[in-house]
Amino acid sequence: MELFANQVLAGIATGAIYACMALAVVMIYQAIDHLNFAQGEMAMFSTFVSWQLMQWGVPYWGAFVLTVAFSFAAGIVIERLLFKPLAKAPILTNVAGFIALYAIINSVAGLIWDFTIKQYPTPFGSSPFLGSQLISTHQAGMIGITLLMLLLLFFFFRFTRVGLAMRAAASLPESARLVGINTSWMIALGWGMASAIGSIAGMMIAPVVFLEPNMMLGVLIYGFAAAVLGGLSSPFGAVMGGFLVGIFENLVGTYIPGVGNELKLPIALALIIVVLVVKPAGLFGRAIVKRV
Amino acid sequence: MTAMLNVKDLRAYYGQVQALHGLSFSLNEGSLTTLLGANGAGKTTTLRAICNMVRSTGAIEFEGKPIGTRSTENVVRLGIAHVPQGRGTFTNMTVEENLQLGAISRSDKGAIGSDIERMYEHFPVLKQRYTQQAGTLSGGEQQMLAVARALMLRPRLMLLDEPSFGLAPLIVRDLFRILGKINREEKVTILVVEQNAQLALELADQAYVIETGRIVMSGNAKDIANNEDVRKSYLGY
Repeated sequence: MELFANQVLAGIATGAIYACMALAVVMIYQAIDHLNFAQGEMAMFSTFVSWQLMQWGVPYWGAFVLTVAFSFAAGIVIERLLFKPLAKAPILTNVAGFIALYAIINSVAGLIWDFTIKQYPTPFGSSPFLGSQLISTHQAGMIGITLLMLLLLFFFFRFTRVGLAMRAAASLPESARLVGINTSWMIALGWGMASAIGSIAGMMIAPVVFLEPNMMLGVLIYGFAAAVLGGLSSPFGAVMGGFLVGIFENLVGTYIPGVGNELKLPIALALIIVVLVVKPAGLFGRAIVKRV
Repeated sequence: MTAMLNVKDLRAYYGQVQALHGLSFSLNEGSLTTLLGANGAGKTTTLRAICNMVRSTGAIEFEGKPIGTRSTENVVRLGIAHVPQGRGTFTNMTVEENLQLGAISRSDKGAIGSDIERMYEHFPVLKQRYTQQAGTLSGGEQQMLAVARALMLRPRLMLLDEPSFGLAPLIVRDLFRILGKINREEKVTILVVEQNAQLALELADQAYVIETGRIVMSGNAKDIANNEDVRKSYLGY
């Protein structure tokens, strides 16, 4: 029983990270109808930036805040330079753009910081949380930070004018323009926020997976699985999907013989396929009907 | 009277297809004008061209300023509210959020709350449903919401694209009565595109008739309504 509780809590902790990545992916998907394959690499790069700041002597939380701000700005710059010009381009052009971005960020990070694995600090420590063996303080911290961020995002989208404008621009761009919303900038803002959310995910997971240019690949695939499971049209669904995938992954790895660590990732991919076949809109998504 | 909107030699294109062939007309400040014509005559395109939602050439002046090169959102921010065909309701948001969105480009945030209350007076049915998702409203209620949302901009000019479309006759009467009231009481200049010519001519003071992208008739709404030839050839009643 204790093993079960332990695995569920650990699943919630990594699930929090998947939830962040899924949310970042869904925010951009809502805005431009494309999956950002480079979301993980953007998060990885941000994490390296925070590491570099700490190497230069900036304290953890200072580096954390600076990195989130940097990632927000970088997300906007990437959208303005690369994806705004592609806004009316065919799907494949955009996919090529995302893959190019993936490769560029990955290589540049390798060039600057090389591919050796680095230790990444945690501000929470890794002792047992509240004296319990079930969960470590870092895992508890991961969950706490994610929940805090989700809460802030909820209030932003629910109760601020900019949040309302962003939701309007994502759901009906033409109507949004007709009430005077600059939808193009709302998309850029969405990119900035997605990038900032991703950077938090990167900094939270780095002490677990260690810092190196390919650290986010697996995490992003879980994030995709979470987004598909919850529904690409639903930010709330993406977050729930993240936690569910995290728990599912841990339980399967623990209780199904032969799966272990090696086969966990294919399980995420299998989950994507099963959801797409059985319930394409996801658990919380709306089926999109397009007039043709 | 000064012309509030001046359109000269407007030509609009969908890809290679030309939809408007040199349209010219003007709207007087405070007037209620209707643009009539059959399906495919270019009525919707005319409204879309004013808001720069379709590629067009020609001169469009609003209160003396050329607006032809402005983006849609910047045209709207000048005080031109557009109620599009199909209403453009944000169906997954509440009625109140839809009204908030109407005022999203305004800087006088303090007055928005009282404007929403004023909309509830114009359209009491919206007040009963303000926390409801807009998509759950009936067609008539959604059209009321679309007009209210447009008014939340505090527009100088309001463009309406077939507000009667798909609505029961009684509801259309009600809607047109409110439009007339808004025009008189709030001094909003209105341009309404309609297929329901009879009703539109009763409401409007000016009318233009458009056929295959050209203006073929213009004048006082009453004169056009009384001119049997015009009615038979262009308006079909």
